[in-house]
Formats: sequence, C-alpha cells, structure tokens
Amino acid sequence: MSTLCEIRDLSVTYHDQPNPAVGHVTLDIEAGGRLAIIGESGSGKSTLARTLAGLLPPRTRVTGEIQWTGGTPPRPGRDLGFVFQDPSSSLNPVLTIGEQVAEGARQHLGLGWKQALARTQEMLERVRIAQADRMLRAFPHQLSGGQRQRVAIAAALAAKPKILIADEATSALDVVVQAEIVALLDDLVRDAQMTLIFITHDIALASGFADRVAIFKDGRLVEAGPTASVLAAPAQGYTRTLLQSHLDLTSPPLVEEAAT
Amino acid sequence: MTLLEINNLSKHFRSGGRDVTALDDVSLTLDPGQTLGLAGASGSGKSTLARIVMRLLPPDGGSIRFAGEDWLALSGKDLRRRRAKIQMVFQDVLGAFNPRATVASVLDDPLRIHEIVPKSDRPRKIAELLDRVGLQANLADRSIRDVSGGQRQRIAIARAIATDPALIVLDEAVSALDVSIRGKVLELLVELQRERDIAYLFVSHDLAVLRAVSHRITVMDGGRLVETGPARQVIDNPQSTAARALVSAVPRLRIQTPQGHSYEP
Ligand SMILES: Nc1ncnc2c1ncn2[C@@H]1O[C@H](COP(=O)(O)OP(=O)(O)OP(=O)(O)O)[C@@H](O)[C@H]1O
Ligand SMILES: Nc1ncnc2c1ncn2[C@@H]1O[C@H](COP(=O)(O)OP(=O)(O)OP(=O)(O)O)[C@@H](O)[C@H]1O
Ligand SMILES: [Mg+2]
Ligand SMILES: [Mg+2]
Repeated sequence: MSTLCEIRDLSVTYHDQPNPAVGHVTLDIEAGGRLAIIGESGSGKSTLARTLAGLLPPRTRVTGEIQWTGGTPPRPGRDLGFVFQDPSSSLNPVLTIGEQVAEGARQHLGLGWKQALARTQEMLERVRIAQADRMLRAFPHQLSGGQRQRVAIAAALAAKPKILIADEATSALDVVVQAEIVALLDDLVRDAQMTLIFITHDIALASGFADRVAIFKDGRLVEAGPTASVLAAPAQGYTRTLLQSHLDLTSPPLVEEAAT
Repeated sequence: MTLLEINNLSKHFRSGGRDVTALDDVSLTLDPGQTLGLAGASGSGKSTLARIVMRLLPPDGGSIRFAGEDWLALSGKDLRRRRAKIQMVFQDVLGAFNPRATVASVLDDPLRIHEIVPKSDRPRKIAELLDRVGLQANLADRSIRDVSGGQRQRIAIARAIATDPALIVLDEAVSALDVSIRGKVLELLVELQRERDIAYLFVSHDLAVLRAVSHRITVMDGGRLVETGPARQVIDNPQSTAARALVSAVPRLRIQTPQGHSYEP
C-alpha cells in the first residue's frame, strides 16, 4: 500500500494556550486504508483531524511536517470530506437538507442542480434516511440527532472525496444503522479506494473494520500499528487499560436490579 | 410515590411533505432514585419524548404528572420555579449552548437564575462542579467552543446537576466520551442518584451503558414503546423485534491473534 501522508514531529498549539493540544506526533497514513484514531477525551484526536484538513482556527501554531504524496494538501470539500463531531458544526441551520448535500456535488462534480439533487437523494438513501425524497425540503432542526449525523455524512460524501475524516460520526446512531454506515464506508474504501480516517471512542467498533489503529493520550501518540497486533499484543499500558475498560453487555451493572 | 407519570402522549410532525408520527400513545412511570433507560432506532421518537417532558415542545395529546402536579398545566412563574427540578443534557451539546458563552458562564447561569448559592460563593461552586465531572478549574475562562467534544459533554452534565434536580433527562449524554471517562461519569451519576435520590430518564443507543445504569429499560420503535422490563431481562432476553435487532447489532470487541484466529474476549 502506498502512503497518503507522512506526519513528522507534528505539534499543534491553540492561540493563547500554554501547552500543545497535539505534541510530537509521527505517523504514516496509508492511501486506501481504514485508520481508526482512538483515545481519551481531550487527547487531541479532533485537533489532529482538523490539522490534516487545514481547518484549524486562526493563530494556531503548528510545527513539524505533514508531507502529502503528490505534494499539495487535499482541498477540503473536494478531495477531503469531513464529518464534525458536533452535527451542528457540519450543517448550516438555514439551508434545507437538499441544499446542503447537493451543494458539494454541484460545486465539485460539476453537476447541474437537477442532477445534484438526484445524487443527493441517492446519498440520503445510502445513509438509510427514510423517505429521502421528502427529506430534501426539511431543515436540520426538523431532524433527529442521528438523522442529522447521517445527513452530515451524506454531505461529506456527496462530492466523492478521496479522503474521509469522520470525527465520532456514528456516535449518536443506533447500532443497527451504525453497522450499515460502517458497511457503506467500507464499500467506498474497497470500491472507490477512499482513505478513511475514523475517530471513535468505541474500540469494539474499530476492532471490527479498521486496518490500523492509532492510540492517543494527552496529546501524544501512544502507539500505532495494524489493528490485529495492537489489540492482541498492546505494547503500552494505556492501550491495555482501554481494552479492560471496554463495557459490554456482560459487564456488571452499576445499579441494583429492579424487581421483576 | 411516583415522580413522573406519562399517559398516552402523542406527537405528530407535518412539514415539507413529511408526515411523521413521532410519539404514538406513550405511557410510562418513573420513581424517585430510579433510572429508566430508553433505547430505540434513530428517529424512533426518543428526543421528542425528552423535549416534551422538558416543556420545550407541546404534545398533541396526553398528560404528564411530575411530583404530583399536572406538569403540562403549569405556566409563568410556577413553571419557572419548578423548572430547576428537571434538567436535561441535550444530544447536540454544542447546539444547546450560547456560542459566545464561556465554561464559567454556562455553569453560572443556573446558579444565578435559580438562586442556588450567593454570588460570592459561585466561583467556588463552579470549580466544585467542574471537579465533580473530572475537569480542571482552569477551563472556566475558555469559550465553550474551545474545548473538546467530550469536555463539553461533561460541562453539560455539570450544568444539569447544578440545580439539585429531582429528574435529569440525559439524551446521548455520554456518547462522545472515551471508555475511561465514560465509566467515571456513569459512576458519578449513580453516586449522585444514591446521594440525592435523583431519577434519570436515560436515552442512549449504547445498550451496554443502559445495562450498566438502568433499573428498567424501555424500547421505542416508530413512536411506540414496544417493550419495557427490568434491565437484565430486556438485554438478556429481548422479546420485541426492535429490541432483538438492537441487541444483536452491538459491536463485539474482536481480537485477532497473529495467526489470524479471531476471538471475542
Ligand atoms: N421539529 C420537527 N419537525 C418535523 N419532524 C421532526 C421534528 N422533530 C423531530 N422530527 C421527526 O420526528 C421523528 C422522531 O425524532 P426524534 O428526534 O424524537 O428521534 P430520536 O429517537 O431521538 O432519534 P435519534 O436516535 O436519531 O436521535 C424523526 O423522524 C424526526 O425527523
Ligand atoms: N479552539 C481551541 N482553543 C483552545 N483549546 C482547544 C481548542 N480546541 C480544543 N482545545 C483543547 O485541546 C485539547 C485537545 O482537544 P481535541 O478536541 O483535539 O480532543 P479530542 O481528543 O478530540 O477529545 P474528545 O474525545 O473529547 O472530542 C483539549 O484539552 C481541548 O480543551
Ligand atoms: Mg474530539
Ligand atoms: Mg435523539
């Protein structure tokens, strides 16, 4: 597999902050792969994602290097789709669902409005939005949280980006729809050679489909490598802690049972 | 005594050619100090129910009794006074905050509006609230936009517990938290529940989370409650199609040994 981008000794410090949010990260991202980024809240996952996408706020200090194969960084919206952790950051409240999703397809695929709307409807169906044709005229506030997240995913994918960064993009979806979205992203990686960078706190979800994982803590990359080897033989104590704290349906409850 | 009693609630949305029955004859009860977990597919009506309980949205029909009073009939000063008793953590946390707010002002508002502590005491109380949700006091002056997603969720939880409520409605309140912090926040919620007899209506797509904190679980599908029972029973032996589908789709941790064998620990 070829390398999409090489990150070397990257540090990112927000304006007026004493400490970097991401410090001394060195990581290769493979083209056409599925990379899961896992780690503690506040450990710098979204910051790394925003850095790759060129979406950092003004006056943020970045040191180190990001080398993109091909020389130039990907253009957000066109080469790179981004689904934000908060759906309200991904969607414009005054545009209809149809307008937001069609916009990317129209601008970047050179489609007319009619074709762009057809592509929009197709994308909404692929993210399992029911009555997709009727959803086109709805506004974001008229959707459920999970529907908004799926629209944001459809909008990010509409322009057929070569890279998709999904920041906790399935965290508010029920597990059935979540599995369908993951299968859709998996298809795009396989069939359209898309590179997927998937930020999640759900280690079980990542274990099922990521080729590689990168584990973050306190702004540092703790370890990275093929999913199978990192999870089966974690080199770092923090990764082991993550695996141990995984909660599943057999974990002991924190409250006493209600009487039947 | 029952804290919350909901009877035959219904809600319909008609807009832009879409016609949705978000709630269809929903009835439930919740006792003080108990947690009712609410699961269900995306779009099944969970947040609509939460928003009606919060009086952010009127129902088309049905009734709600809260602490012995007709909750939907309250208005004006009576409603404002009682509002402190029901708090909510919203699904879209960022959308629920004033974008110009700082972390401190988000926590200061409820303390001031509901006169929880005297003005001179508020900075101390804010620091204490941040500490309870595992955040450092030096975040206080940051803009609410300039913290991570998980930090923002914890600030929302801190805001909800600030007024010493009897009921907290949590809508995907821990969904963006990593496992270790999520574990701590869940423990905190359970501890507060024991200490102060708080009831939770806990909406989550994460069945493992619901299983860990709920006394009972109810499952929603297409606006209807299709199954309700003790947490263990609903998870271990789901009866409805909706509950079965959710339980069987929970991602399992898959660990592959280098030889390529796969196991689920
Ligand atoms: N203001 C509104 N106008 C029109 N339709 C709405 C409105 N609010 C919600 N709906 C619709 O009502 C249904 C129920 O929405 P609700 O937000 O209650 O679902 P939910 O169970 O919370 O889903 P999720 O798990 O995705 O958050 C959805 O189909 C949604 O599109
Ligand atoms: N715009 C900003 N200005 C200042 N500090 C920021 C800003 N955005 C994030 N931070 C801080 O940088 C650190 C890393 O944040 P980041 O959002 O990258 O974390 P994360 O790993 O995505 O966390 P989460 O899982 O909670 O979303 C945090 O301590 C956060 O408070
Ligand atoms: Mg983040
Ligand atoms: Mg919802």
